[in-house]
Amino acid sequence: MSEATMEISLSVNGEQVARTVPVRQHLVDFLRTEMGLTGSHLGCEHGVCGACSVRVDGAVVRGCLMLAVQADGAEVVTVEGLTQTGEVADLQENFVNRNAMQCGYCTPGMLITASELLRDPKPVTRAEIRDHLSGNFCRCTGYHAIVDAVEMTLNKRLEEG
Amino acid sequence: MNKESPAPILDRPNSYVGRTLSRDAAKRAVAGRGRYTDDINPARTLHAAFVRSPYGHAKILSVDVEEAKQQPGVALVMTGAELAEMCTGPWVGTLTCFDGMKSAPQYPMAVDRACWQGEPLVMVVASSRAAAEDAAEFVMIEYEELPVVIDKETALDPDTPAIHPDLGDNLAFEKTIETGDVDKAVAEADIVIEDTFTFGRHTAVSLEPRALLAEYDPGTERLTIHTSSQCPHMVQAVFARTLGLPEHNVRIVAPDVGGSFGLKIHTFGDEIATIAASVKLARPVKFIADRLESFATDIHARENRVRGRIAVTKDGKITSMDIDIRSGAGAYSQYPRTSVFEANQILNITGGPYAHENYRASTQVVYLNKVPTSQYRAVGHPIGNSVGESLVDQAAAACGIDPMEFRRRNVMHDDSYPRIGAAGIEMRDMSHQQCLETLVERMNYDALREEQEEFRKKGVQRGIGIAAFIKGTAPGPSGYYGAGGAPIATQDACTVKLEPAGGVICMVGVTDQGQGVDTVMGQITAATLGVPIESVRVIEGDTDAVPYGGGTYASRATAIGGEATYQAALKLRAEILEIAGVLLQAAPETLDIVEGHVVDKGDTVSRISLAEIGRIGHFQVFELPNHVQPTLSATHRFRLRDALYIFTNGIQGAYVEVDIDTGFLKLLNHWVVEDCGRVINPQLADEQVRGGCVQGLGGALYEECVYDAAGQLQNATLADYLTPMAGEMPDIEVAHIQTHTGVSELGAKGVGESGTGAAPAVVMNAVNDALRPFGGKISSQPMSPETILKALGKV
Repeated sequence: MSEATMEISLSVNGEQVARTVPVRQHLVDFLRTEMGLTGSHLGCEHGVCGACSVRVDGAVVRGCLMLAVQADGAEVVTVEGLTQTGEVADLQENFVNRNAMQCGYCTPGMLITASELLRDPKPVTRAEIRDHLSGNFCRCTGYHAIVDAVEMTLNKRLEEG
Repeated sequence: MNKESPAPILDRPNSYVGRTLSRDAAKRAVAGRGRYTDDINPARTLHAAFVRSPYGHAKILSVDVEEAKQQPGVALVMTGAELAEMCTGPWVGTLTCFDGMKSAPQYPMAVDRACWQGEPLVMVVASSRAAAEDAAEFVMIEYEELPVVIDKETALDPDTPAIHPDLGDNLAFEKTIETGDVDKAVAEADIVIEDTFTFGRHTAVSLEPRALLAEYDPGTERLTIHTSSQCPHMVQAVFARTLGLPEHNVRIVAPDVGGSFGLKIHTFGDEIATIAASVKLARPVKFIADRLESFATDIHARENRVRGRIAVTKDGKITSMDIDIRSGAGAYSQYPRTSVFEANQILNITGGPYAHENYRASTQVVYLNKVPTSQYRAVGHPIGNSVGESLVDQAAAACGIDPMEFRRRNVMHDDSYPRIGAAGIEMRDMSHQQCLETLVERMNYDALREEQEEFRKKGVQRGIGIAAFIKGTAPGPSGYYGAGGAPIATQDACTVKLEPAGGVICMVGVTDQGQGVDTVMGQITAATLGVPIESVRVIEGDTDAVPYGGGTYASRATAIGGEATYQAALKLRAEILEIAGVLLQAAPETLDIVEGHVVDKGDTVSRISLAEIGRIGHFQVFELPNHVQPTLSATHRFRLRDALYIFTNGIQGAYVEVDIDTGFLKLLNHWVVEDCGRVINPQLADEQVRGGCVQGLGGALYEECVYDAAGQLQNATLADYLTPMAGEMPDIEVAHIQTHTGVSELGAKGVGESGTGAAPAVVMNAVNDALRPFGGKISSQPMSPETILKALGKV
């Protein structure tokens, strides 16, 4: 039995791409194996850990719960794209300076999830930051440093309007 | 603090040691440029998937792989029996240092009998993981189910079948130690408290699962393995020996490692199978565990029942402690590190902070038809500390003494070292008293007690927990691995080289999994040599490049690898000054190195740069007299001499709120004061403690691998095995007392496991403090809302 495939065409980090993909391939496998975008990670492949979080048409989604074929016609942004545009350069810098990661495996997903809080910044409490990040599993940091880094970035953006 | 530092060079103003610097690896991680094993894709890579036992215990009657071999993309199907033929023999997970220990021979994949659900039986190698999984569906295996042994309490009963009949029974190991006279102390005590504690089975849940990519080149007979490992040289030895390959032909590279926590100091059968496939097919073969495989095959830990007893005088002096441990291992003792360390560590450290002279501990480790157990972050300490610190709290309450004051009266005094601890192990350079008083200050303890009282009046139930601890770090060669016969180095090494352009290469046997080991070694090198940190590059995690070492385990990287790095850098520094002395016609002892330049001592004017010395030493050697032959490279190895461990100490505090109607728990505050000796990078040390605490809290509150009576793991997904997430965890305040260890000149002890070791104890004590007015008490972990309601008699 040969594997069922479909042609898809989508924007990945601003670049228009067309590929033939297995219909059962999920979005992150597509990004990692077809596009070489290894910044998105797989931790559980059932939508719990958040390591595979990517942005699809502006919304943060679990890349392991979406099939590549469902992204046909969509705009997909990964951590590589987010880095390229400089959209979260301040957050990334604070992550580094505050050591808001250890092994780094959860980091791309954390950044993409946290970027939602930063796009239209509003004052939030630490508890609200924790709540916002509570779908992203980090086994290393204990979260304190991540909350610090997000809070610092948010406050700076609020200050600067 | 030390009166006269044995390493004054590190204590200079603006030293890189003692300073927070960010990590290079962090800069890659935030850009999505981390490079983990699964990110590496050589041409023609094949992918392995496994057929695993669906039963807890079953005889394999037949295996039919013919149809699987015909499936699209399949390159190889290998059975357990076929793999066994490629191996030099089975593993036997015993160490000679554990007297009387026994374990059954184990092949990487089961040959004729599966002993736990998840044990690998058949490997399928195909063009993609999906194709391999598809084909695995066509492997036909006939089983005959066998009775399972699941309950550790009945595992030694005469009518319980032996999992491995050749062993006679299910006993892996037993041991008893006693110091002083416990029975006499108990008979003479004013108050004796007894309790029984139970601890659920945990697993590490590194976010990056186990991962291995094997590439065999039949021409040169060289095997290159990228794998997510903490201990490249150890896995080199195990892989090579198991498959009968020369160790020097096996190169292990640990690229970025996505979390490890002790899980990745181990070797697993599916990894051997993957390597064997690469050897057989002469192609790259990759195995990446999925999450289900991780739960069902990564080592488990922590399943213990401990009966404990404490004897005290009515004025609050501890006179004895004794414990009895029943430890539930898996179906085999994990090779080569064994499955008995956890019980042995509980025995070593329970009641460890205190000065009582009577102590007895006995343990029995039993085999069960479950995933093999072994070392997971803070091995044994979460259990030993929970038992000891709960008994201490209960004794304090029985005496009517505040638990902080009770500890103040009983901890070993800071001026009493070196001394022998209750378990008969030497302790030195510790600071229980100073840590305790610092915690009192940090918690604002008396005010917090008042606040708790105020809340109680309002019907809000808050609890304050305290847990003192000791932690065995950086084991020495006279202890378990060295004396036990395993191919695991307890010493470690560093090579430091001055390159022609003045750059410095530092190669270490210890490894980084995100702790910042490379950053710390760079800081030590730069501070010792007197060069800018930017000119130092640290290489780790590649057996072709670095000197032989044990890697990172048991909080040893900075304590052992750091001292090796410091000493290697001192040697290189001495050679640089000697060459500079010849070139400058000055006595080397009148010279110094500052910011990459040789200067006259006390001066900052450059007399010659290290780049110049590098150039002359490598290229224009004729500028030196014939008797001067530059090496510009120095290696140093370091090991502990007689010490079993470098023990560290500390104390944690917790403030929690318990909803007595729902059993829900809110973690309000958490404090840690710990003594890891010299702190190299304060931020990195803090973050080790914070992350460690949360890992401990996860185990205390949420995590448990649940088995049913048939030996089926019930919750092998991240949705069902609960881990701590950001929303439930508190901010954690960390302080360090720095009593340098006297066993090295650097003075650093381990720090990576101290949070994990005592966090379960402190949160259990805090919950029990909240429940005490209601007569409720918890002695089991994880402490779910249901456990709390049961303790309150509400369900």
